Amino acid sequence: MDAQDHQYNIALPGTTIDALIVGAGIVGAACARELSLAGLKVTVCDESDVIGGGATAAGMGHLAVMDDSEAQFALTSYSQTLWHELSPQLPAEAEYLPCGSLWVAADAEEMEEVNRKFRFYSARAIRVELLDEQQIAEAEPNLRPGLSGGLLMCAASVCYPPCAAAFLMKRITFLPGRRVIAVSSDGVDFADGTRLAAGLTILATGTEITRLVPNAPVYPRKGHLLITDRYPGFLNHQLIELGYLKSAHSTESDSVAFNVQPRQTGQILIGSSRQYGTEDPATESHMLSRMLARAVEYMPGLTELSAIRTWTGFRAATPDKLPLIGPCESLNNVYLATGHEGLGIATSLATARLLADHILGRASAISLEPYLPGRRFAAHG
Amino acid sequence: MIVVVGAGPAGIAAALRAQECGARVTVVDDNPAPGGQIWRGDSNVWLTRFRASGIPFIASARVITGDAQAQTLLVETPEGARKLTWDKLIIAAGSRELFLPFPGWTLPGVFGAGGLQALAKSGLSVADKTVVIGGTGPLLLAVAAYLRQHGAHVKLIAEQASPAGLAGFAKELLRNPNKLLQGVALARHIAGSPYVTNCWIESATGQGRLEAVTLRQGRRTWTERCDFAAIGYGLVPDNELATFLMNSPNVVIAGTGELNLAILEGEIAGFTVAGYPERALGLYGKREKAHRFATALQHTFALRHELKSLPRPDTIVCRCEDVTFGLLCEFPNSRAAKLHTRCGMGPCQGRICGPAAEFLFGWNPGSLRPPLFPAKIGSLMPATTE
Ligand SMILES: Cc1cc2nc3c(=O)[nH]c(=O)nc-3n(C[C@H](O)[C@H](O)[C@H](O)COP(=O)(O)OP(=O)(O)OC[C@H]3O[C@@H](n4cnc5c(N)ncnc54)[C@H](O)[C@@H]3O)c2cc1C
Ligand SMILES: Cc1cc2nc3c(=O)[nH]c(=O)nc-3n(C[C@H](O)[C@H](O)[C@H](O)COP(=O)(O)OP(=O)(O)OC[C@H]3O[C@@H](n4cnc5c(N)ncnc54)[C@H](O)[C@@H]3O)c2cc1C
Repeated sequence: MDAQDHQYNIALPGTTIDALIVGAGIVGAACARELSLAGLKVTVCDESDVIGGGATAAGMGHLAVMDDSEAQFALTSYSQTLWHELSPQLPAEAEYLPCGSLWVAADAEEMEEVNRKFRFYSARAIRVELLDEQQIAEAEPNLRPGLSGGLLMCAASVCYPPCAAAFLMKRITFLPGRRVIAVSSDGVDFADGTRLAAGLTILATGTEITRLVPNAPVYPRKGHLLITDRYPGFLNHQLIELGYLKSAHSTESDSVAFNVQPRQTGQILIGSSRQYGTEDPATESHMLSRMLARAVEYMPGLTELSAIRTWTGFRAATPDKLPLIGPCESLNNVYLATGHEGLGIATSLATARLLADHILGRASAISLEPYLPGRRFAAHG
Repeated sequence: MIVVVGAGPAGIAAALRAQECGARVTVVDDNPAPGGQIWRGDSNVWLTRFRASGIPFIASARVITGDAQAQTLLVETPEGARKLTWDKLIIAAGSRELFLPFPGWTLPGVFGAGGLQALAKSGLSVADKTVVIGGTGPLLLAVAAYLRQHGAHVKLIAEQASPAGLAGFAKELLRNPNKLLQGVALARHIAGSPYVTNCWIESATGQGRLEAVTLRQGRRTWTERCDFAAIGYGLVPDNELATFLMNSPNVVIAGTGELNLAILEGEIAGFTVAGYPERALGLYGKREKAHRFATALQHTFALRHELKSLPRPDTIVCRCEDVTFGLLCEFPNSRAAKLHTRCGMGPCQGRICGPAAEFLFGWNPGSLRPPLFPAKIGSLMPATTE
């Protein structure tokens, strides 16, 4: 049976399109909504017949603000504001949950980093709270005793990304099951031999970008996740260990970090691992064990919970941890919106707004400069 | 070491035959006692021999995943997780009941036919209860006979297959005289309960629990009051582990569905895996015959397409996540439905709704990931290897 109108429209052949978006992940969906709200005639195509079936179906959906760099902070905090504005409109199935997130410090050294973050965010008007040993134990009774404290990011929330993407795609024309094999300044070629003309094309293909733009500096970075049965009340906030930063920063070796999330269903989503150099989507038991062992170190009670599913996904990583947003250097009328690594759900809305501002010549709230695909990348080791 | 997963008829036959050949065998099963679905709590020659065989039996042990390369199984037991190493693996995991959604099928009091029989075997009292049995196949008769023996009032057996098909099946029965005898024995037990063909349960109703079912036969519909409804539309193989380890040459899959076929397949697997395939030669003819019988069964009791239109828009299809038929109709395939409605995302991971969706919409079952069954997180962390 065909999808019905309130899901998405199916494009009619022979119509003219202002903007074609390749990729119906959360980033493509957000771009589609932005441009369509601006009055453009937008079509989205995807090689799969599911909205949000790529990395978007795998990601944790933590709508976080991060401070790796000023540019990362600018994009994540702007995007969080946009999520906040959008949240009243989100349908129930998008499972938007303003649970706040909590950086967990295991020792004095990590507590120093918590203090630094506290100063960083306070200075930028982000709502944060410092928790000491006792306060963190009260906030999350299932954490192991004896942790040094933590930093509560009050405005953080989580969502269910595939349904958030479907919401963003509402009333947008969708061409399912169409794989783009070539892009030019006036449109795209599909694998089935057909062509589609478009005024402009946005490539929001996640890790797959290098199939269309071979020199794009994007590498797949595998992650494992596990979800439990329902245990309402077991976990209150998204929790992340400070060691996560070491894991996220390492660009070579495989790493795991304690990263757990409460779902609206009462389930607990447990992450996460980071691996380069593999494109095999299988769940690897040794990575899963390592990841779980790390989680259990922080939350011993997890061992008794029932795991119902594991899966993996691929983040689109770039050398400088910032996404590629803006004109494609080698092709006129073609734009990139990819390379969001582990923050693509969080930053999808800001990505779309900035790109639309650029395309439409509007002023934007933050500078697009740091994310331009043509920027220089320092050699990375 | 040969590991046999499943201590139903096929697994027991396999283990005994392999042991006869001198092989070292271990059997694991997630039930507390050997016997599987059919021989639950029964006694017969196979079970008696198995109990006397000294073959190690790991009870209440659920295989949660396996590794085809390392040739290991991860097994969860009440005492914790264990890793078993195998040289050869026989998977005789049996099957589960197929549930087809219809309005009211989730009411308390509506059971799978095999499920109600199993509950009765483990202590649920059916004495003086009024039961309507519906679905298809010989299992309905076996369940009816069992429930009557235990004091239930079986009001009616609704068989969806047509009488013409059943006539063809009777011919097949004549070629299998011992089946015929079983049939006669069953018929004696069900005498007095009308056996209505071309008939199925269309809906179940009740305030908070089952009070009545509505049946249909052709244009006629009517309602029967009852305490229990036992519904059996056939079986779905429990093939998760088999699918997951399919690529290993040292894995053999034995026996699902019909009892005699399961035993024969188990015996053949046991001889073959233990290195004496010639001892199985005499069994191939019998297996051929059992296979023909099973195929005839399937043909006779093929599900009619009218059953696809039983669910109404508000009928639940995925019980874990409360996903309705109407919602699922909006999606083109199982993956889209799963990601956007949570259908199949619950603890049963689509084991119930997957086969129903396959029947209703023609959807492929979802993909498998370890753990193949819900497992404690502690069980998924490094375990000791045996
Ligand atoms: C384990 C893990 C945890 C994560 N946790 C978080 C988190 O907590 N917070 C967060 O913000 N982010 C998180 N992420 C990252 C986030 O999931 C991604 O950044 C985000 O989903 C990227 O969305 P996208 O739209 O760019 O890509 P995708 O969702 O991959 O979408 C790309 C789409 O393009 C289609 N496509 C590709 N090539 C073609 C082609 N040639 N023709 C047609 N279609 C094509 C694909 O089919 C796909 O649907 C996590 C990721 C992983 C793996
Ligand atoms: C926030 C969030 C919450 C979630 N909650 C739940 C939940 O409660 N319950 C639940 O079941 N799921 C949950 N999921 C996960 C979701 O159902 C899928 O499991 C997830 O999208 C990953 O899909 P998959 O790869 O496992 O399998 P699928 O979606 O079935 O398959 C996608 C593709 O992955 C590949 N693939 C699948 N399995 C394997 C394998 N074993 N080896 C190699 N490749 C494989 C195949 O190419 C397949 O086409 C959740 C996801 C998110 C983002």
